[in-house]
Amino acid sequence: MTSTTGADIIDSEQEIRLELNGITKIYPSVIANEDVNLKVRRGEIHAVLGENGAGKSTLMKMIYGVVKPDVGEMKWQGETVHVENPAYARNLGIGMVFQHFSLFETLTVVENVALALPGNPDLKELAIQITEVSNKYGLPVDPERLVHALSVGERQRVEIIRCLLQNPKLLIMDEPTSVLTPQAVRKLFDTLRQLADEGCSILYISHKLDEIQELCHVATVLRNGKVTGDCIPSEETPQSMASLMIGRELPVCEHEAPTELGEVRLRLNGLTVESEDPFGTSLKDIELEINSGEIFGIAGVSGNGQQELLYALSGEEPLKQNESIVICGEAAGRKLPDARRVLGMGFVPEERLGRGAVPRMSLSENALLTAHRRGMLNRGMIQFTPMNDFAKNCIEKFNVKCGGEKAPANSLSGGNLQKFIMGREILQSPKLLVAAQPTWGVDVGAAAFIRQQLIDLRNEGAAILVISEELEELFEICDRIAVIANGKLSPAKKLADTNIDEIGMWMSGMWPDSTSGGVQANA
Amino acid sequence: MNIDIIESMLFATIIAGTPLIIVALGQLIAEKSGVLNLGAEGMMAMGAIAGFAVTFHTGNPWLGVLAGMVAGAIMSLLFAVVVLTLMGNQVATGLALSIFGVGLSAFIGKPYESAILETVPTFRIPLLADLPIIGGPIFNQQPLVYLSWAIFGGVAWFLYKSRPGLLLRAVGESPSSAHSIGYPVIRIRYMATLFGGAMAGIGGSFLSVFYTPLWVEGMVAGRGWIAIALVVFATWRPFRVMVGAYLFGGVMVAQLFVQGSSMDINIPSQFLSSLPYLATIIVLVIISRDQNTVRLNAPVSLGQPYRPEA
Amino acid sequence: MLRLERRAEASALMSYLSPVLAIVLMLIGGLILFSALGKDPVEGFRIFFISPLSDIYGVSELFLKATPLMLVAIGLAVGFRANVWNIGAEGQYIMGGVAASAVALYFYESEGPHILILMVIAGGIGGMLWASIPAFLKTRFNTNEILVSLMLVYVAQLAVSWLVHGPMMDPDGFNFPQSRMFEDSALLPMLIEGTRLNAAFLFALSALVVGYIFMYRSFFGFQMQVGGFAANAARYAGFSAKRMVWVGLLAGGGMAGMAGMAEVAGPMGQITEHVSNNYGFAAIIVAFVARLNPIGIFFASLLMALLYLGGEQAQQYMNLPSSISNVFQGMLLMFLLGSDVFINYRLTWKRG
Repeated sequence: MTSTTGADIIDSEQEIRLELNGITKIYPSVIANEDVNLKVRRGEIHAVLGENGAGKSTLMKMIYGVVKPDVGEMKWQGETVHVENPAYARNLGIGMVFQHFSLFETLTVVENVALALPGNPDLKELAIQITEVSNKYGLPVDPERLVHALSVGERQRVEIIRCLLQNPKLLIMDEPTSVLTPQAVRKLFDTLRQLADEGCSILYISHKLDEIQELCHVATVLRNGKVTGDCIPSEETPQSMASLMIGRELPVCEHEAPTELGEVRLRLNGLTVESEDPFGTSLKDIELEINSGEIFGIAGVSGNGQQELLYALSGEEPLKQNESIVICGEAAGRKLPDARRVLGMGFVPEERLGRGAVPRMSLSENALLTAHRRGMLNRGMIQFTPMNDFAKNCIEKFNVKCGGEKAPANSLSGGNLQKFIMGREILQSPKLLVAAQPTWGVDVGAAAFIRQQLIDLRNEGAAILVISEELEELFEICDRIAVIANGKLSPAKKLADTNIDEIGMWMSGMWPDSTSGGVQANA
Repeated sequence: MNIDIIESMLFATIIAGTPLIIVALGQLIAEKSGVLNLGAEGMMAMGAIAGFAVTFHTGNPWLGVLAGMVAGAIMSLLFAVVVLTLMGNQVATGLALSIFGVGLSAFIGKPYESAILETVPTFRIPLLADLPIIGGPIFNQQPLVYLSWAIFGGVAWFLYKSRPGLLLRAVGESPSSAHSIGYPVIRIRYMATLFGGAMAGIGGSFLSVFYTPLWVEGMVAGRGWIAIALVVFATWRPFRVMVGAYLFGGVMVAQLFVQGSSMDINIPSQFLSSLPYLATIIVLVIISRDQNTVRLNAPVSLGQPYRPEA
Repeated sequence: MLRLERRAEASALMSYLSPVLAIVLMLIGGLILFSALGKDPVEGFRIFFISPLSDIYGVSELFLKATPLMLVAIGLAVGFRANVWNIGAEGQYIMGGVAASAVALYFYESEGPHILILMVIAGGIGGMLWASIPAFLKTRFNTNEILVSLMLVYVAQLAVSWLVHGPMMDPDGFNFPQSRMFEDSALLPMLIEGTRLNAAFLFALSALVVGYIFMYRSFFGFQMQVGGFAANAARYAGFSAKRMVWVGLLAGGGMAGMAGMAEVAGPMGQITEHVSNNYGFAAIIVAFVARLNPIGIFFASLLMALLYLGGEQAQQYMNLPSSISNVFQGMLLMFLLGSDVFINYRLTWKRG
């Protein structure tokens, strides 16, 4: 979907809006960026492509003045500038939409917008301006609402509107589609194209090759903090861009057809949870059965009840009705996490540091955290040899790169820590494994490894539930899939009987009502 | 009970509540920015001795209040350096500040233990002070009582009507968001913490210069802690802080009146004296039973260290 | 411009050096303080830190003063490791002393080893009961344990004041607010002839050993450490937060109560309004300076005891109020909390 104007713009040397020369940023443990050069022209949608940890976000934060480069020069419309802080960047005409939004949940939309504007804008007038901009660019949002009541998509709109109100000449979008349904992504692209046509440049950060091919005029590829090449995405294949991005071919998982399904390992009987958190989502009447020998995926836009469902499943938030959750044939709704592990459940949470692992403790001690039943205790006293052996075994089998079993968890990279946590749970031979966002923020190699481990575990007869916001991942490993939206669970479909578009549609809460056959809004 | 007793109880209640209002409002501002300073007791103690000493030497109670304010601010600066610049644990550092301040004030105050100050006269607001019953107790009061009302008005306006107040609330909710849109989180927290310290200092000097007026070791007697509890009880809302402070003032005064009266009640004075502390526990229980209210109103980042990436 | 830069990994060396740095800073602060008061700083230093230890008696007094600090601090450390902030040990200490005194006075004029045993038990239970109030309110209503345990310090002080003015007052004491002197059967045996050092010191040492085993060898000690480092990880693993609150507060209360018992049955030999001497608060500082580690608590208690003795010396020979000890204690903790930054950060020089 590249227009010819994209190529025209590249030829023109006249209107270079932003130029980076030799930008370097070094952190004590890692070189975030090394000698990065980049040119962005007027009206150009410019992709910065790279996998997790390649240094994309740091580079953008330097352009926006949140982080300062150690070495290098930045030119804005031909003039050398030192962007001291974001206010300075906004003054130049640079806006940024953050991957993890920079919004304040307890404030209203208009208050949030006001905080990013200079001076002391009148809130009533500002609300009118917000409505005008939101109409013009197809970004509907109510200025008076509190941010915590907004969906993830609406929050992103608030961030975009906040930038647009300052008539930016350059808009930085950091991984903007990771929180959107496929349909919402298309709408966002329309908005971005409209902006580019009006002359605004866009820096588009992503690791999703198909999106970049569809949207961007030019791409700069980063790997390990360095630029590995520039290209015109429409002239490339996904494979050629992938090899620029990770230095080799994209790894693929071996995913044979599912074997015979066995017994039911997890059953949810009308699971209903009133969320105690005023900002949370309540779960409504969820029915689900997962058998041994299958991977079941639950898709959905974040904030639609995934957290609540995971807390209910893990036992971190035990239920009132014991029968709502049946694990391996036993009612377990009121059981605590430990008791559910005894029944054969393993659980890999989304947050690795601070929930799945204790940051300041060694890998050995983190093994003790959930695997203590593996002979690590004797009358309440810790047995250090079995504990260390388990950790060593896990490190070896799951290919964890670390400084040995005594290394603290927070010294590992995200991917290696996730491999350790996954290994710790899998080595306890669970009959049922629940994994949340198993490859979130993990590099491509580790992600492929982790997915393969899940598939292998399935082949050994375990039942696996994966809750993820990445549709591509679910379509790669799952046997059946369902969607969670606004605390309700859609009917399940075999992967062969559905496609990304249908599931994407369901993610906005629109799925056929199984009783009447018609489509109804469940949102 | 005759009207005189009601009037004098009302008068005393307002006086007893005043230091709590001032200190708690200062803490409220600091906490709204995300800083939990448990050192209020120590800052008040320092404010009390500084105020007393300066008033004693200069004869001017207003210089005393100023000195108390400065002393409290210096103490909170110490706290701010440790927790904001050096990222120390806020709970532990606040405790240390309390212990340090109480100890240092006792140390400095030794020579002043038998000194006495002149009582500062009340300030009469014309006309209003002539109202029946409430006129005297409310409008013929210590000047600092009026100051506490002004502080209340200022804090409420600042928090809910001004842009810096909006920014302060934003910083307390999400310092990382505030940083990424370009606000100096640490500087804002410094200012909020210093304000909290200055208010605690004024509150302390009120005790030693206007309320008693003398210096005794340990005279703050837990009021700093009660002020911190008040902020929780008020769910971080200025108006409720004011109401709560007068309720506490009422409890303190009531027990003094019972002890001082000729009523033939056989209750040990120690039991009556413990009522304000027990009342604090009770209100904390009442408010913390409703976790949602607390969670909705508590500054999200309260007590969490934050260091911007650079 | 000097600035702090995050270390790639926490520095183990600095975590040992930072208490040393804090002590050095405290000494420098002390020298400045003495100079500011117009005293000779070198002489002040000698009186404060050297002269208390110049003979056996002085050293025995150091161990005597360190005993309650060790007892309270090891109990508090159990809770602090799980982020259970019991800062009302002062009150629990008083209530332990009260309960033990009640036993001693009840068995007045009788003999037998059961008296001391009962006093120890009563002391522990008295402290635990007082600590169970914040524990119950925390687990039942989620009430902040810091404020509740602290408020109860004031209540305990008033309670002991009432008792020694009333029910526990020495009938032959000319209305002084204090109890009778306990009989020998209610006093702890002495360890060294001619000193006041008693058996409680050995008890404190064994408490440190037990505490060490609990913290570093037992699974429940591990659970509490997980709770302190990462509450969400503890919840994920299924460790009960309520149990941690109870154990943390009861350990602190029980040990504080027994320390109170050791004081009334030791150097005081009776109960008065001033049973505590601020040990409950000083022990908080001990626990922090020791990094909640039993071996550290041993040394930090000795240091803190030295500050107490130094304060008494300064009062006697330099005409300074004894509250100078509290000033030193507070300084020490503030400096320590500040120097801890170097565990995770290093100072670098950068051109701004």
